[in-house]
Amino acid sequence: MTATTQATGLFDYLLALGDDALVTGQRLGEWYASAPGMEEDIALANIALDQVGAARLLLSYAAEASATAMPARADGPLPFVHDGPLDEDVLAYLRDDRQYRNVQLAELPNGDFAHTIVRLLLLSAYQKLRYDTLAGSADARIAGIAGKARKESAYHLDHATVWTVRLGDGTDESHARTQAALDALWPYTTELFAPDPQLADLTEAGVAVDPPSLRESWTAVVEPVLAEATLTVPDTAWTPGGGRRGMHTEHLSFLLAEMQSLYRAHPGASW
Amino acid sequence: MAMAGTAWEAAATVVDPELQVVTIADLGILRDVRAEGGHVTVTITPTYSGCPAMDAIRDDVLTALAAAGHRDAQVVTVLDPPWSTDDITDAGRAKLAAAGVAPPAPVSVDGGPVPLRLSVACPRCGSGDTEQISRFGSTACKALWRCRACAEPFDHLKSL
Repeated sequence: MTATTQATGLFDYLLALGDDALVTGQRLGEWYASAPGMEEDIALANIALDQVGAARLLLSYAAEASATAMPARADGPLPFVHDGPLDEDVLAYLRDDRQYRNVQLAELPNGDFAHTIVRLLLLSAYQKLRYDTLAGSADARIAGIAGKARKESAYHLDHATVWTVRLGDGTDESHARTQAALDALWPYTTELFAPDPQLADLTEAGVAVDPPSLRESWTAVVEPVLAEATLTVPDTAWTPGGGRRGMHTEHLSFLLAEMQSLYRAHPGASW
Repeated sequence: MAMAGTAWEAAATVVDPELQVVTIADLGILRDVRAEGGHVTVTITPTYSGCPAMDAIRDDVLTALAAAGHRDAQVVTVLDPPWSTDDITDAGRAKLAAAGVAPPAPVSVDGGPVPLRLSVACPRCGSGDTEQISRFGSTACKALWRCRACAEPFDHLKSL
């Protein structure tokens, strides 16, 4: 492995981690001032803040880890070329949808409250386990970011767990909505654990986590919660994916259009 | 060295913008102050990754240093080791309690599950008969609780 391929892989990986957090934070932020209750409004906004905070750290590191152009992977996201130095804002606000590499689960619309909570359960369990492992990464800076984020993710997972049980094991209406959310979201969890050959070098070097290695511990966290919530894991063969390669649903395009409009209209603006 | 001492004293006076009864030294987010050849480097660490007070704290530290005569100064942020509520000093805990913010319990296992607590003592009347209203409070670091004995709501600094 040359230093160049490792730097390329690191840049790719930091974007994947950062984009998961950034897109999740943006989606949760949409609940601001419209959640079912004031406490929940504050809770979702706080979780969004944690996610954006982690995204800033990860994208800042990505900006320092690479030259100014994103190298193209054969099957990967479109290359990103920027005429000038990279920073967290350039990476967040000037990349297009095909240049993002978050999992599709993160970008799906919020739906109703049950939908948002089930997605948070599935995703925060994944993020927490991934950060737990990355806290021991051979890359000291990734280890530092993950060591911080894992503690915050534990609160996100705890919050989603309590609500999933309350909604799933609640009224007929809340149960039906929560089950419908799980049915709709479950197929997208396959992508979380999809093998990524591009990560082989980083995984071997102890820098990154091999995605399939998280599945067992994730299942051990999520399935008991679903069982307590009287929810049934759907039996489905449909396994959408491709976010890490820049393949996204149209929902990400709309999300980015809103998130990026101010920065693109007024580059360099601060507020 | 004497200079680092005065710089530390200046930086340590900076009050947390969101928990205004404690200083950044009380909270344990002021990690280090070094003076070399007239240049002062202050190291701080965020409570939460997305803590919006960091920029304000950075500005306040530079202002405090300048007022103490240290104009050539910079503030750097480190993440490792991650901040824990265990880093809050005893004096800091006492100030928080006096201001009606229930201080955090010790963090039992680093990185393990969020420790569940049977009760948080009410900072106003001391009763253990309290309940959590919301896991997330007015800032990232606080949860909202209520005392059943004296009926007062209060903030609780979450163990992290």
